[in-house]
Amino acid sequence: MRSRSFATGFLFASAAATAAVVARRRAARRRDRAELFLADGTLVSLSEGQPGADRLLQHARELLATARS
Amino acid sequence: MPATAQALADLTEISTQVEAAVVFDREGTVVGATVDDERAGRLASTALELVRAAEASRPEGAEALVQLDVALRDGSVFVAADGDRLIAATTAPDPTVGLVFYDLKSCLRGMSEEAEAKPKPRRRTTTKKKDDAES
Repeated sequence: MRSRSFATGFLFASAAATAAVVARRRAARRRDRAELFLADGTLVSLSEGQPGADRLLQHARELLATARS
Repeated sequence: MPATAQALADLTEISTQVEAAVVFDREGTVVGATVDDERAGRLASTALELVRAAEASRPEGAEALVQLDVALRDGSVFVAADGDRLIAATTAPDPTVGLVFYDLKSCLRGMSEEAEAKPKPRRRTTTKKKDDAES
């Protein structure tokens, strides 16, 4: 009986942890971000709120709106 | 059909993810687009501002920018460069980033290859007829 409730608790905790990870990943993916690819293969990633990112994101929003107008 | 128009037609046919695309140079002059001229001009100038902002955001001493993508909640924006020629495109949210870049680069390459393959116009030489020259 005791081992059964332990297994149930363990499963419940694992499921909650997995759900939290998935939710965090989804939230991170939903954040507006810019990725700059440089000639030497370097990738510079800028997310909303980081210095320099807001200007980039603003231009991109403008571009998207113009394309769909 | 001119090379640019053909390359853009191929792009929209092959890449179903691309909604609109414009090809332009580093001065902002539109070379070709999938949208009307007025919108193409505005897209090119905004894309150029985006590229300049991206170049300014690079770390100091970093290499040149070759391509960029911006993922927004309601869509994505892509810019790829091939020398002085650039292409900007918009897509729906969550596109296959690698595939879109591949299609944009292929489009730019297709344009430059066709431009190179075009034979140079031959210089016309006229020879005066003997009779004309004598008279």
